[in-house]
Amino acid sequence: MSEAAVTGIGAPVRRREDLRFITGQGRYTDDLTQPGQVYAVFLRSPYARARIAAIDPGEALAVEGVLAVLTGNDMVADGLGDLPCGWMVKQKDGSDMASAPHPPLAASLANYAGEPYGVVVAETLQAAKQAAELVITDFDELDPVVDLSMAVGSDQIHEGVPGNRAYDWEIGERESTEAALAAAVHVTRIDLTNNRLIPNAMEPRAAVGVYEAPTDEFTLYTTSQNPHLERLVLSAFVQVAPEHKLRVVAPDVGGGFGSKIFVYPEETAVIWAAKKVGRPVKWVAERSESFLTDAHGRDHITHAELGIDADGCFTALKVQTTANLGAYLSLFGSSVPTYLYGTLMAGQYRTPNIYVEVQGVYTNTTPVDAYRGAGRPEATYVVERIVETAARELGIDPAELRRRNLIAPDAFPYETPVALVYDTGDYEASLNKALELADYAGFAERKSTAAAAGKRRGIGFACYIEACGLAPSKLAIQLGAGVGLYESGEVRVNPTGSVTVFTGSHSHGQGHETTFAQVVSDRLGIAYDDVEVVHGDTGRVEFGLGTYGSRSLAVGGSALMCATDKIIAKGKLIAAHMLQADAETVEFEDGQFLVRDSNQSLSFGEVAFAAYVPADYPEDLEPGLSEKAFYDPENFTYPAGAHIAEVEIDAATGVVELVNFTAVDDFGHIVNPLIVDGQVHGGVAQGAGQALLEHGIYDDFGQLQTGSYMDYCMPRADDVPDFVVDTTVTPCTHNPLGVKGCGEAGAIGSPAAIMNAVTDAIGDNNISMPATAEKVWRALRAQQEKG
Amino acid sequence: MKVTLTVNGLPHELEVPDHALLVDVIRENLRLTGTHVGCDTSQCGACTVQMNGRAVKSCTVLAAQADGSEVVTIEGIGSPESLHPMQEAFRDCHALQCGFCTPGMIMSAIDLVQNSDTLDNRAVREGLEGNICRCTGYHNIVRAVLQAAENMQTAGNEEGR
Repeated sequence: MSEAAVTGIGAPVRRREDLRFITGQGRYTDDLTQPGQVYAVFLRSPYARARIAAIDPGEALAVEGVLAVLTGNDMVADGLGDLPCGWMVKQKDGSDMASAPHPPLAASLANYAGEPYGVVVAETLQAAKQAAELVITDFDELDPVVDLSMAVGSDQIHEGVPGNRAYDWEIGERESTEAALAAAVHVTRIDLTNNRLIPNAMEPRAAVGVYEAPTDEFTLYTTSQNPHLERLVLSAFVQVAPEHKLRVVAPDVGGGFGSKIFVYPEETAVIWAAKKVGRPVKWVAERSESFLTDAHGRDHITHAELGIDADGCFTALKVQTTANLGAYLSLFGSSVPTYLYGTLMAGQYRTPNIYVEVQGVYTNTTPVDAYRGAGRPEATYVVERIVETAARELGIDPAELRRRNLIAPDAFPYETPVALVYDTGDYEASLNKALELADYAGFAERKSTAAAAGKRRGIGFACYIEACGLAPSKLAIQLGAGVGLYESGEVRVNPTGSVTVFTGSHSHGQGHETTFAQVVSDRLGIAYDDVEVVHGDTGRVEFGLGTYGSRSLAVGGSALMCATDKIIAKGKLIAAHMLQADAETVEFEDGQFLVRDSNQSLSFGEVAFAAYVPADYPEDLEPGLSEKAFYDPENFTYPAGAHIAEVEIDAATGVVELVNFTAVDDFGHIVNPLIVDGQVHGGVAQGAGQALLEHGIYDDFGQLQTGSYMDYCMPRADDVPDFVVDTTVTPCTHNPLGVKGCGEAGAIGSPAAIMNAVTDAIGDNNISMPATAEKVWRALRAQQEKG
Repeated sequence: MKVTLTVNGLPHELEVPDHALLVDVIRENLRLTGTHVGCDTSQCGACTVQMNGRAVKSCTVLAAQADGSEVVTIEGIGSPESLHPMQEAFRDCHALQCGFCTPGMIMSAIDLVQNSDTLDNRAVREGLEGNICRCTGYHNIVRAVLQAAENMQTAGNEEGR
């Protein structure tokens, strides 16, 4: 077998990063120890909303080993800025959204339980914890705004945000949509809640701040999905250190799922405190802090209406959503329920009229931002729950109703009524394959077998679409983004012919070190083992925008393809000179520069060597062989697929068992099928968690009731079945690899599919996520009582 | 207080605070950072090690309780040059992504295999109930454990011969 077949694009290469992880040699932030390191413990508001009247650090400072007690007021005095929201959403009337300042440490007002307002720094963690207990803070408790449905019109949380409404946003055509609904033969209506989730990457957030006085340089080691973006925010907005004096390193990072995109108070504080105390300052979140302060996900209330004509074709979809943004606008919090949500309401369907309006509101809860899927699971939940409901109301097979409305494979590029242009797809192909793999035809028999055993069996579908590969920069900036969303890559050929690849993408479980080496070695025709991938360090990688929105391969991988093209182009010039041929006649194939006419060739290694030892070398060409590229995507990518869930419900207890899950996804070309399958498995389990187990719940006082693994139900191995996953392929038309992104699909399709199965099984559509045994049992009980 | 214990075959005599946890000793005193702390309620299992031949959550064992015991951590079961069959299977089956839960998962899985007569998919899933993974959806972890169980059994039979 050729090298490329074993390690190139499309090969199921075992990951090279695994060796360090399975032997305990990973280097996560908490594993790093700096000489002279001291420890930070944060002072956190015990109240959801309170005025901070006075802070007395007296006794805390007397604890042996305590170096400092720093507060939000100290931060203000030092001139540090606020944490920014990176996406300005324009409201219906064209005005900017109402945004309240988000100080890294609260100075006068605390707006959610757990919000940091100070930090204790001490020689040992124990001393810091003990001292934190001794700080006396006077709070004036205020009435918190907790209930999302009542938030607009409750007590005003922030000055300058009347009614607690950050924005009232819309997309699509209201008039035509309402007219089409009025004219529809059938209208399906649904009310949905999308439950608040807490991301729970297994590695808690951590940060170590280091300040070197002799050179006035700062280094921040932290759990980030995007170290360059972190550096940009900390220097340009918070102004804790100038960009050229600040290095941000995100070493091995133990999962992110969105929660490690954002710049948080704690990493800001450790870098600031490091200079103040003159020692490296380390902070590692305890899990309870993660629950309280990692940005949460989802949390919507939605009403939707779907109009259908006599042929069962969708004529209009109207969606009204209230989205909880939490106490502050987190880095991308404003964009998630708007541009990553409303734009996806066409789903896979030809629905000609769509109108979406979203109110984004503040509450006294932890900020809400992107969590795996970010807006797209919420959109899929609306579209796929209402379509399934319509099928039941009309008595049409749910697969058939979808089929009637799918965008046809020859209709691409397809412009939706909600601002996206899908480049390619074959939705019926995914659906058909999923139906076959799930043995849809055999469902009736499985259902009756289950019934004989006292179980109710249900089946549910979700035909999802997502917009990934964020994002064409101009479009994103036009829509309010504060940064471009291109990616950078550098391919540095070493004199010996080995290659070091630098990418602005970041891997925190995705396996870039393997996948990107596959891409570059395949393209250059060199050995996979001769390619090293470097990421996660602003001191080594020039620039980058990081990893989220399933963008790494589609955007970061494309940047590497562009840089590789430049390497090949320069290599051709060098080879032409060495072979005394015209550059136009030099071809590059399987790692060889060749001139067919004269049957001469040079290996990649020979050309690389010549570039660095330029004896026989073109006069007008710079020595060296190292190229950079910034790749800005032309469009989003549009992964899509069909997910089918089957559940069995124990009628006596209400316990829901997910018994089968089939996912057929179209991710375009696939570089490493092993990794892609793994991404789908993980996403589906997270979606199953949302549908059946997980719920971030606050009480009326704004206290998080689900603040540990005792109360917040994470999916465990025995909560999920083996998954059946497969793919169909329509290559992305506008990036060099033809890839679409696979990181979020599992979490996007599965909640709707599972809830469609649960509601099918119990014959009650009004059950909300998570479908816990208690809720299901009550629903079944109510049916019995009705008789 | 003074604690004496053997970790990965090496004897240690350590002076630790009374309230020190076994995981603190492993991570902070011995700098064996493969054992991770993923929660504060003994739920996630990232800190799982073997103590006297059985898997324990080292965040839930006081260093004092480990006095005199034999502890094996992820660093002690195999090396990159000579992997334990469970490590090998995790790699082969792509049973890890971010790698943070992996050491604990491997230590629990070894215990599960060593203390089960027979294992099937369901038994592995129930046996790993005390270890949380957020990345893999468990699918490939279950595959890996079943594959390793077979290999460990074969290796055991060969040793016994």
